[in-house]
Formats: sequence, structure tokens, C-alpha cells
Amino acid sequence: MSGEPILSVDRLSMRFGGIVAVNELSFNAERRKITALIGPNGAGKTTVFNCITGFYKPTSGAMRIVQDDGQTTQLERLNDFRISKLARVARTFQNIRLFPGMTALENLMVAQHNALMRASGLTFLGLIGAPSWRSAEQAAIDLARTWLDRINLLDRADDAAGNLPYGDQRRLEIARAMCTQPALLCLDEPAAGLNARESGSLSELLLSIRADEGTSILLIEHDMSVVMEISDHVVVMDHGVKIAEGTPREVRDDPKVIAAYLGTDEEEAIAVMESGT
Amino acid sequence: MSGRVSANPTASSQATHAPGIAFILKKALISALVALVLFSLMIGVRTEAGPEGQLIYWTRFGDLAAIVAAVFGGSIIIELLRQWWGPVGTVRVVPQPVQSALSLAGRLLPPVLLIFTFLVPVIFYNERYILDLGILVLTYVMLGWGLNVVVGLAGLLDLGYVAFYAVGAYSYALLATNFDLSFWICLPLAGILAAFWGVLLGFPVLRLRGDYLAIVTLAFGEIIRLVIINWQSLTGGPNGVTGIPRPTLFGIPLSAGDDGLAAMLGIEYSPTHRIVFLFYLILALALLTNWVTIRLRRLPIGRAWEALREDEVACRALGINTTTTKLTAFATGAMFGGFAGAFFATRQGFISPESFTFHESALVLAIVVLGGMGSQLGVALAALTMIGGFELFRGLEQYRMLVFGVAMVLLMIWRPRGLIGHRAPTVFLKHSQAISSDLVKEGHG
Repeated sequence: MSGEPILSVDRLSMRFGGIVAVNELSFNAERRKITALIGPNGAGKTTVFNCITGFYKPTSGAMRIVQDDGQTTQLERLNDFRISKLARVARTFQNIRLFPGMTALENLMVAQHNALMRASGLTFLGLIGAPSWRSAEQAAIDLARTWLDRINLLDRADDAAGNLPYGDQRRLEIARAMCTQPALLCLDEPAAGLNARESGSLSELLLSIRADEGTSILLIEHDMSVVMEISDHVVVMDHGVKIAEGTPREVRDDPKVIAAYLGTDEEEAIAVMESGT
Repeated sequence: MSGRVSANPTASSQATHAPGIAFILKKALISALVALVLFSLMIGVRTEAGPEGQLIYWTRFGDLAAIVAAVFGGSIIIELLRQWWGPVGTVRVVPQPVQSALSLAGRLLPPVLLIFTFLVPVIFYNERYILDLGILVLTYVMLGWGLNVVVGLAGLLDLGYVAFYAVGAYSYALLATNFDLSFWICLPLAGILAAFWGVLLGFPVLRLRGDYLAIVTLAFGEIIRLVIINWQSLTGGPNGVTGIPRPTLFGIPLSAGDDGLAAMLGIEYSPTHRIVFLFYLILALALLTNWVTIRLRRLPIGRAWEALREDEVACRALGINTTTTKLTAFATGAMFGGFAGAFFATRQGFISPESFTFHESALVLAIVVLGGMGSQLGVALAALTMIGGFELFRGLEQYRMLVFGVAMVLLMIWRPRGLIGHRAPTVFLKHSQAISSDLVKEGHG
């Protein structure tokens, strides 16, 4: 089944009243690959994300996710928390949404809620301190420790998440999403607000997630250096429709993409490109 | 080490922010003027109906002058104090020995308080008033701990907590008087019934947040009370339920009869025995509440409650079912309220709807907020201050409420996030460090 894409979005549309945010968008995200969704501000990227992760109910269209074992889930039929729980889709947010008053370690423990809930016998086994619960809790702490180590935050495990520097919070949010053990990781502008060094280490982290965990990644990003460096496949959106798709190189040279980003029409963009090269 | 970096911030801030005498006098003058306008009619002129129904009045300019002078002087003193204290938010360097002494005191306080509570019936055996007050305080400690689960941990503002207290009390009263069930069978039943009502309340309010949630829970509390008043055939309406059986020590009544505990132990009967028994009963119930809450906080469900308070959207993105999480918080809090209600019924021997007014909900909520939301020790201290302190001011008669209100306002200025504002982490790798209240969210419902 490895040839099949993990996520197929088929003619997805989302309307808010009279405004069409996403119009008949179709694309695939390949398994164990990094797919980037790019486009100018207001292109509808985050709306697509919110549809995939269940925060919006799409007006029409289908989104299908196929797990490694071939189990298929129609995402548009599930709502919010079930997408993470059953379809194993995890996400991060454009404006970081950690639990600021909880420690970094606690943030990663909350992410393992569903597994721990089962291990604690829906709280009752945990309340009496059953040995099976204790070992499950230790395993959860170990997993959290592993992730804290991978994002270089082991020293600050017991600090409140709200006290961490911005770049650390970004990485912690990714680690938190990974602690839900997702098949597809959706990242909404993970490099926003990071400096060059930080976005470099972010690229490394994402590449290592793809290589070591086998997690497929779908990301929205404005930082082109990150997109060009790590993505295997790029989908370009403008005004709610897909205007181009392909490898980073193909997309970069596409006049339609340049036109969308520069806000000019196509002929001018070609002129700009030719004069530049 | 850090002391040297930010040394003497008070002195430097004084140098930059010291307004002159003129400023202080101007401020005091304005305050005095406002006081003059406000009190000129309230205090300066006193009116009364005369013997023939006409209005007679006389002036009290002396009192008025005294008040205005007090405001003027007070304003100057407050302004001077403020300068001495430095601007709000100044980082103060506490010397290392004082700091370690404070943290030691903080660590010793809970066990010392617990041991003292255990010894209260021994120390004050002959003082019925103190014992009764102790039982009252412990009842509110338990209610506070119960509500703390809903408000402090899950961040759901519940203004109708008294409803569950009432459900617990009436469950025990009706089950015991109608079916002759013993206290120890009724206690879990009262808890279960209250939890059931908690879930029932939870369902319609799941979509609501913040102020809207508070209004609906407030209404729920009133509905329960009105149902109790009007369902005369079951609850006895405003007359309440009388003749509620007293608790027994696992079947042995604490009475003067031959089968009573005193006779069995061969000691002389004293009515204090029952008071002492009730004291230890509510202490055990409160400690059970505390133990369960502390345990739950370290379990996934408790962490999910706190995560829900911090960020509900992020919870959903992590696959947490926010519906059941909220419902379990409501049910757990309600269950403890139900236990406390059953205890209340058995202690009083008589219950009526008058005991379950909004005032009780407000009082318990005030205890939780004053204590510091989520802090077990803070809630216990706040209950002691609120209930015990209120009794302490009894000598002040009609000014009792005023003094109490001022004390609360001052406390909230001094400690806006409650007595114990910081949060202790539920799990740690190396060392547990308290999290400042600035980071912890209050929840939005």
C-alpha cells in the first residue's frame, strides 16, 4: 500500500457566507514525504488545514486518509478530537497554542492522554495505583523525555511552557504533536518568527521526523528557504484554488506562482524573471 | 547571585518616581472634596419623621468634618505608603535566609495544620462553640475542595454549586427518613445522585463558556432550590425535612441509651461525644476529597482538566474528548458536594431550602478564588479565614460585613491570584518548581 498517498483531498470547498475561501481544491500528500502548502496571505491555506484537522466542516468535497495498514478514514465525517484520536492526524497552530501554565514535560504528557487514559483503566486503576498504570506512566514519561531530548529541551523539562523562548515553544509544540504518535503531522507555519539558525534546526528536526518516525508531514510555510530545503512536493494556492503543484524546483520557476506572489499578471512576471536571469 | 544583579530596585524606583509634596496634597484635597460632597447629605444632615408626621432634621457638621479630615489624612498616608512601597510590580529581593525560612514554613504548614486539626477535639473538648465552628469550617473546606475541581482545575465557572450540596442533603434526608437506610449506605448514594445531577447540568452547558456558563449554572442552582420548595409531597416544601437520623459508628448509635457507644465502652455518656464524632467524620470526608483530588491531578484525567483550562482548542487538536472531560469535572465536583450535603443533613437533623441559597454558592466560590484557584492548601486556608474570620469579627456587630469586605478587597489587591497563586507541576523529571500565577490561565469556562 506504500504507493498510495496518505492523504487525498478531493474537490474540497469551504464557504463562509458569500466568501469562497477554498474552491474545489484537490491534492495528495505522499506517504513518508513532506508536502508543503504555500501561497500568498489569504490564499486559504489555514482554512484547508482547519478542514483537514476537523476544526471546520467543509462545505463540500472529500478528504481521505489511508493508514499504513490500509485502514481508510473519511476525514470530513469525523469531528474535532476524533480526527486526532482515530485518523491519527496531529497539528500545530500558526499562533502557538501550548499550555503555558504547565511544564514542558506536562505538555507532552497531556498529548499522550488517550493512551494513558486506557492504561489508567479510565482513571480507576490509576486511582488505586495499579502496577500496570505505573509502568504505563513511566513509559509515557520516557517517551516525553526522548522528545525533549530531540528538541534540545531536556534541561528545561520542568519549566513552564509559557516561560520558554519563542523558538523553543515552536519546537515543543511539534514535539507535543508527535507525542500523539500521528500518521500525518500538519504544521501551520512552523518557521514563523524564527531566525535563520532556528529555522535551520527546525528543518533538521522535520527531516529527522520523516526519516526516523516515518511520519508524513503536511506544512504551510512562508519561509521559502525551509520550503525549498525540505519539501518533496509543493502545492501552491492562491485565492482558494490550486495554481501550481510539483517539486520545489518546478514550482519556483512557474510564472503563475511568481505572479501570485508578486501580485502582478503573468506577462509582467515573465518579464521580471527574464530580466533577472 | 541573582540578588546582586537586581540589587536595590526600591531605591532606584524611588529616585525616579517620587512625586513632590504638592502632588500628595493635591491628591488628598481632591479625595477630601469628593468625601465632602458624598457625605454632606449622608452624614451632615439627619432626617427623621417627627411626632406629627412632619419631617424634622438636624445637622451633624462635626461628624462630617471628622470624616473629611480622616479622608484627607488617610489619603496622605496611603500616598506616602505607596511611595515607600515603590511602584506595582517592582521585583523585590528577599534575602536568602528569609527566603529559605519562608519555604521551610511553607513546607511545614500543611502537616502542622493537619496535626492541629486532628488535635482540636482533644484541646477544645469542653468548648462546644469551638468544636461546632471547627465542623463548620471543615464543611466549607470540603465544599471548597470539591468546587476547586470544577473551577480551579477545569476552569469552568460554576455559580450553582449549592445545588449539588442540596441534592446530597435531600438524598440522605429522604432516603434515611423514608427507607430507614443507614448513613453509611446513603453517603455513597448521595454522592452518586449529586454526580448524576452534575452530569445532567453539564450536558446543556457544554457549549457555553465564561459568563454564559456562570449564568446557566446560577440558574441551575435556583431551579433545584425552587423545585425543593414547591415539590411539597416529596420534600416537605419550605418546612423542610425533620427527624433526619443521626450518624452511627457503623451501627452503634452515639446516644445515651443502653445500646449506645458510651454504654458499650463503659464510660459516662456526654453529648460532646457526638460532636467529636461528627468532627472526625467531616475531617475524614474532607481528607478523602483532598486525597482523591491530588491523585486525580496526577492522572491523565486531571491533566486533561488543567489542559482544558489552559487551552481548549489545543486539547481538541490532541485528541482529547473535551465533552467527557468537562462532564467528569462537573460530576467529580458535584459528588464531593453531595457527600458534604449528606454530612450537613445528618449533622443538623433538619434541612430546609433556606440552607441552600445562592449565598452559599457565592461563599464557596469566594473561598476557592481567595485561596488561589487550584491550590488545595490555599482553599483550606481561605475557608479558615472566611468562616473562622467571620466568626472572629462577631464582636463588631453591624460593622462585621464592612470589615470583612474591606479585608477581602485588601487581600485581593495584595494577592490578586489568591493566597496561594502558584501552581505545582503534576510530574517532573529533575525537580518540581512552582509555576508563577502569571502564566497559569483562569479558564474561560
